[in-house]
Amino acid sequence: MSITPDELKNLAALARLPLSDEEIPAFQKDMDAILAYVAEINAVSSSDSEDAVVSVPEHHNVWRDDADANESGHYTEALLANAPAREGDYVKVKKIL
Amino acid sequence: MSLDITTLTIQTAHEGLVSGAFTSVELAEACLAQIKEKDADINAFREVFDDVIEQAKEADRRIKSKEGINPLLGIPFSIKDNILIKGRTAGASSKILENYVAPYDATVITKLKEKGVVFIGRVNMDEFAMGGSTENSAYGVTKNPINPETVSGGSSGGSAASVAMHGALASLGSDTGGSIRQPAAFCEVVGLKPTYGAVSRHGLMAMGSSLDVIGPLTKTVEDTKIVFDAIKGKDEYDSTSHDGLDTTSPVQTKTIGVIKGLIDQGGIDSGVKERFEAQIKKLKDKGYEVKEIAMPHLHYSLATYYVIMPAEVSSNMSRFDGMKYGVRVEGKKLLDDYLSSRGAGLGKEVKRRIMLGTYVLSSGYYDAYYGKANKVRDLLKQDFEKAFKEVDAILTPTAPTPAFKIGEKANDPLSLYLEDIFTVTANLVGIPAINVPTNVQIMAPYNREDVLFVIGKDVENLR
Repeated sequence: MSITPDELKNLAALARLPLSDEEIPAFQKDMDAILAYVAEINAVSSSDSEDAVVSVPEHHNVWRDDADANESGHYTEALLANAPAREGDYVKVKKIL
Repeated sequence: MSLDITTLTIQTAHEGLVSGAFTSVELAEACLAQIKEKDADINAFREVFDDVIEQAKEADRRIKSKEGINPLLGIPFSIKDNILIKGRTAGASSKILENYVAPYDATVITKLKEKGVVFIGRVNMDEFAMGGSTENSAYGVTKNPINPETVSGGSSGGSAASVAMHGALASLGSDTGGSIRQPAAFCEVVGLKPTYGAVSRHGLMAMGSSLDVIGPLTKTVEDTKIVFDAIKGKDEYDSTSHDGLDTTSPVQTKTIGVIKGLIDQGGIDSGVKERFEAQIKKLKDKGYEVKEIAMPHLHYSLATYYVIMPAEVSSNMSRFDGMKYGVRVEGKKLLDDYLSSRGAGLGKEVKRRIMLGTYVLSSGYYDAYYGKANKVRDLLKQDFEKAFKEVDAILTPTAPTPAFKIGEKANDPLSLYLEDIFTVTANLVGIPAINVPTNVQIMAPYNREDVLFVIGKDVENLR
């Protein structure tokens, strides 16, 4: 089963990646080869995998105090200095709605 | 003791520093001279820091006044380009982060600064740690110092090459599916992937969050132990980090396991196979008991990895959108800004993995791929749990081939993925694993890095 150009375009849109028509054949070839390879996990019988229970290490919730991790404003300048555009203490972006 | 950087290790350099045979400034200058001589060709360093000598002077001051003497004081390090050092550029060898300046120190960097190491520079890698050859760096391949026609491996190729070419005595890399161990194997240095969570990931750019771990690359097993001891431990900024074993249960290292059928499967280089078998025989002669163990689900580990990893990649890479940091390429609307920034800033392999991850997580395919892969991951964990009841450690080759020629696999992503066949399992299961030259991987139970160091030293002495 080959991945279709429409499927690829849809994936690119979901992933917020531009995809030109010229790029499609190469993506199609690589994705088909990789998906065919990884599909071999379906050869593991489902009874095997139903028996599987998460073993060590055990998963458990990790809590921290509901408090500020650092002094307010401590990183503001360093973080905003990396923003492509800013206005005062805000990151500037185009209109969303 | 004279200062010959090509034969020094962390251990012997430390002796030289505290005995006054040479200074940290002289040590740093020796590394800088190697870089100047070789790096125009090798391309290990993305940047050599301009304050190396000042850092070394501070280390010399501490040594002289006997302030916080420790094995890493004054030792030159290189750091992979995806680990943050406050105030310095960190770019993950990607165009999208070309001018990104780290706002804080990664926890591992905080720890190394306390020890007084000298940061020589940041080193090249596959973009966002995705690749096994550094050919996916936006800034060119890092050549292998042992044979510059071949790749240094990846993704921590700059780390491995910087140590192999004596531009640093140690490096920090990151390992998601073999990214420390495979370049270590190609450049014939030691590289450790610690137990998941043994080292804090705070300040490491995320790739596959359930798989990522930071670890050292050095010239000897003892050096790797020294660096690991300095960077490990629970950290409040990484909720998956932990303190490892709370007991001092004695190290059992008598019995080593080799996996039935593994070495005879297709795709393994015959030289790799022969050398591995010879190494196992030598260990047997040394008194190790060698047991063949069955790992029924091991065959599926690479496929499992190439489902889970891209799924996590597609999620982690969504933060690079040209809004908060990194390169923004302006379009007409906000959506165009996203598309054009990501389109221009991210490389081919990163895009491929984002697309794959989006596919395996998308409605209709989720159960067949991501859901199934997680079940197989649990079965793999069970395989290892059973195996470690019979053996103290498991040995495989690290890489299935020797270092390959630059460009040889560049147009065939799947053949490059197959390079990870022996290494991804430790990441999926979460256990520690080490590469010891030449091309031997040792895997041990959770938090038993000590087992790796004991057996690793024996493997080291086989050379």
